[in-house]
Amino acid sequence: MAGESVKLSKNLLRMKFMQRGLDAETKKQLEEDEKRIISDEHWYLDLPELKAKENLIIEEKSLVPCEDLLYGRMSFKGFNPEVEKLMVLLNPKDEKEEEGEDVSCMQTDVTDEEMALRYESLVGTMKKKFAKKRERAAMDEDDVNQNVVVKNSKKAFLKPQD
Amino acid sequence: MILRSGRGRCGCSSGFRDISCQATRSSVRMFSVLKERVGEILLPGDEFCCGPQDTLPLTDSGKSERLVAGPGLRRSGDRLLVSRSGVLRHKEPNKFWIESQQRRYVPAKGETVIGVVTAKSSDVFKVDIGGSEAASLSYLAFEGATKRNRPNVQVGDLLLAQLVVANKDMEPELVCIDGSGRANGMGVFGTGGLLIKVSLGLVRRLLAPRSDLRADLEQLFPCELVVGMNGRVWVRAGAVQQTLVLANLLQSCDAMTAPQRQQLFRRLQQGAF
Repeated sequence: MAGESVKLSKNLLRMKFMQRGLDAETKKQLEEDEKRIISDEHWYLDLPELKAKENLIIEEKSLVPCEDLLYGRMSFKGFNPEVEKLMVLLNPKDEKEEEGEDVSCMQTDVTDEEMALRYESLVGTMKKKFAKKRERAAMDEDDVNQNVVVKNSKKAFLKPQD
Repeated sequence: MILRSGRGRCGCSSGFRDISCQATRSSVRMFSVLKERVGEILLPGDEFCCGPQDTLPLTDSGKSERLVAGPGLRRSGDRLLVSRSGVLRHKEPNKFWIESQQRRYVPAKGETVIGVVTAKSSDVFKVDIGGSEAASLSYLAFEGATKRNRPNVQVGDLLLAQLVVANKDMEPELVCIDGSGRANGMGVFGTGGLLIKVSLGLVRRLLAPRSDLRADLEQLFPCELVVGMNGRVWVRAGAVQQTLVLANLLQSCDAMTAPQRQQLFRRLQQGAF
């Protein structure tokens, strides 16, 4: 193979499969270079004075942000439960309501503790399923306190002694 | 701290050049003039202009605060013109608008409106929203709609949709999904119920954050309302009679003062219907 590295063209380097090996810094550099090329070609109006005046007054045609109007659908006294859920979701939360939020959290069918207990045993059973036969036999001893030292389960060949 | 005319170096912290610094100071002045007149009745033709001033006290915040001119106020160059007669309202920190009463809706971008489908063409629905032109609603602007999976909308259906393009030069366009592709309650809404036309002031009162009218309605009977910003309200309650009562109530509430309305609600609750 050649001692020096082959010089790759810029177009080749810009291809997708070559980009994956680059680290973040080189990627940023490349992006900046490209942006610089593009911005040189862009045409712009050379009138800086006009820019300064435009920023002061913004026109807003709609009344919704001015008065903070709420969402259009509403339902009272539980007539349409889906709409009531949407009302809670889409209307901006009041300050008073935030205290009551902890109480009215979604009621879970299974509590967190139950879930934790279940997952503890679940991990064990799944592990046993995929373990090899010899390891499964070792697992069944159920030694929690680790009083017994686990001996080397793999038996080496014993040469017969005359 | 008082500065002489804007030609020399200015001491404001924004770092703008001389001309825009003048503009900054004059915007601050226009702010204060506007704030003084909040709550007054203004007529079309009233003007708030900010020209270059010679001596001006600088406020602590030297940065330019943009003024948001809501409905009824128009910008022309660097002047603010009033284009509707009404009361000037203000909301912190920088929003001003004119509050007036009208029944005719002018489409504005971003508002949710109730539309009636009037025609179906190859890939677009024509929807009437009460403005000067019918709006168009594309088939693909529904949740879960693809080219093969057409939305189930017929001529004459009522829809809740959001205006995505609405200006005086182009035909208004509607969509029934939000930016992330979810419907959020928009689209065709249920069967039954009544559609009534109200003034835009009543719509504002119904949708205001702390609304007495809504609080009163909540106490009456289980019902469902859809309020469109174009002055259309759709109501539905358990029985047809209750729906009719609700529709008549909303139309008459338009023209009543608060005590009259409370009296009416009290009579209803006592079972006049």
